[in-house]
Amino acid sequence: MTIDPWILAFSAITVFGTIWMGFRAARKSKTAQDFFVAGRSVSVGWNASAISGEYLSAASFMGVAGMVMSVGYDALWYPVCYACGYLFLLLFIAGPLRRFGAYTVPDFAEGRFDSPVFRKIAVVFVLFIGFFYTMPQMKGAGTTLAYIFPGLPYWAGVVLIGAVITMNVALGGMKGITLVQAVQYWAKMFAISVPIFVLLSIYGSYGKQLSVNDPQPSPSASAQSQSAQAAMRETLPAKAPPDDIWLSPFGPLTTKATKAAGLSAEESRPYSLLYTYSLIVALVCGTAGLPHILVRFYTNPDGVAAKRTTMWVMILIGVFYVFPPIFGVLGRNLLPDLYLGAGAKGTDKVVLELPRILNERYPMVGSILSGITCAGAFAAFMSTFSGLLVSMTGALAHDVYGRMLRPQSNPAQRMRAFKISAVIVGTVAIALGTQVEQFQINFMVGQAFAIAAASYFPLLFMCVWWRGMTMKGAATGMLGGGLLAVLTISMTSFSDLGLLPLKEFWAGHPLLRILAEQPAIWAVPLAIGLMIVVSKLTRKEIPKDIRMKMLVLHAPEKLGLKQEYIQEHAGH
Amino acid sequence: MWDQLKLSISCAAAFLSALLAMPLLNYFLPELMATRVLGFTVSWLILGILFFPFVWVISYLFIKRSIALEDNEARFAQTSGTPHKD
Repeated sequence: MTIDPWILAFSAITVFGTIWMGFRAARKSKTAQDFFVAGRSVSVGWNASAISGEYLSAASFMGVAGMVMSVGYDALWYPVCYACGYLFLLLFIAGPLRRFGAYTVPDFAEGRFDSPVFRKIAVVFVLFIGFFYTMPQMKGAGTTLAYIFPGLPYWAGVVLIGAVITMNVALGGMKGITLVQAVQYWAKMFAISVPIFVLLSIYGSYGKQLSVNDPQPSPSASAQSQSAQAAMRETLPAKAPPDDIWLSPFGPLTTKATKAAGLSAEESRPYSLLYTYSLIVALVCGTAGLPHILVRFYTNPDGVAAKRTTMWVMILIGVFYVFPPIFGVLGRNLLPDLYLGAGAKGTDKVVLELPRILNERYPMVGSILSGITCAGAFAAFMSTFSGLLVSMTGALAHDVYGRMLRPQSNPAQRMRAFKISAVIVGTVAIALGTQVEQFQINFMVGQAFAIAAASYFPLLFMCVWWRGMTMKGAATGMLGGGLLAVLTISMTSFSDLGLLPLKEFWAGHPLLRILAEQPAIWAVPLAIGLMIVVSKLTRKEIPKDIRMKMLVLHAPEKLGLKQEYIQEHAGH
Repeated sequence: MWDQLKLSISCAAAFLSALLAMPLLNYFLPELMATRVLGFTVSWLILGILFFPFVWVISYLFIKRSIALEDNEARFAQTSGTPHKD
């Protein structure tokens, strides 16, 4: 296979366009406020597009489709919960957090308890969640480059793209600038929807495509489908899951552990149910605890705008998430050869490769559409990777260097610290990224969500709504839940990579395997429980000005003159 | 604050009961959920398409009520001077 000029052209335009826009916008914004929160005056529409643009990562753009294709129905929980997790943010966290007015989650952690120590603890999880989240982005980069340049090894793509983005962040472009992210949302939306419309109009509608995946077509139905023009499908290779398992709930994803243990289909159903619930908890709560998304709420002028923004984000990403599963279904029917590939050659590239089949009927159209989806994939992993890189670098440079190591450092030293941190974080992310070729993009993002759900979500939720919280309680809960989740997830991943000899153990204990792979169902209650118990034990340490803090979090801005109002009532 | 929390909790309850009921329906009524509608199975149709508009409706209602509550609270605070009894 040779390099397709259309695909190369579209991808190159996206990469250089993004870098150019980033530098242009970076030159315009002067102060730290401009950088971090865009002067707090971004309109609802722009901000909603920007949040959506940053949120839709390689997992949403490539991973969901690949996972639907490989495991079927069970993968549908991902797009639904990615979108609906925002409802949780809206209901419990968005408004109060904006009113509190800190830049980052560590800022909030420090401000809520006036405790610099707690800030340091909170920073740890920016890095944990960040690295777990960058790995799938790197896999997306490696997969896309291996598709555009056939023959290029996976790791080379990861190193190349990772280095370009890291340099770009270190040199000062692309600092999570609202305009760039907003434009990228619309680029991704265009790139995922247009090829779908074309493909569906030629190969039959969504419903028709799904209807051919019928395990036992009734005689009348098959006669009907022969007379009517049924959707076409290619024969499935033996490696693909059969139709009935693929189409029905509790399929290959949720039964993997029990299958390894040799349980029958009937015995494994309760385990699958447990797996499904744990996945739902992880995704819904995890969305509400993603540090690089939370920071964007501060760009709203007030709490009401923050709520309106979330509403629009849900509409924008909800519309987007209807499309990737369609790619998965079409891929199963029209491009089943992908089931035979592994790693970067597997189902994760269905979004990139599927439009190419149009070339058989309309030369060039397929290449152009494939170029468009490649451009969308670049937009997806570039925006998310640079967003994460900025927040992790910020944590290292701002919190670790600026506050812990060298509090007296001058701005020039801090600027250099930022650049060095960017290179360090980028290098680690690239190194990790080269190791994860065999994991599915979407699965890895799910793991990052589980860690966020077990650490930041309980912290934010409880600190916003419970006045009895103490710093020790918050720290114990976040560390207990979060670190245990990191540990169990790493144990399953390392054993899948062959670095830990645990295969036999997992096969003997399918329940433990499920709980270790999807820890949210026990880790979230554990974190909240620890917070409550320890806070009760250390009741004397509740911040003295807790009434004022609660007012700042919950008093409507309409009251105006918030400062005077708070001082007046603080003494009660 | 408590009215807001109550509103948030009732919206969350509506959303969670729908979301968490889905696996149970799949578990206990597999035949029903596998019925074909327009080519989709019922459970695919709900999860892949219909769930998104449902969440939009909840969030729209929440925002309308929540902003009205804030307005009320603000008006109350400005007239009586004792806004927060909690």
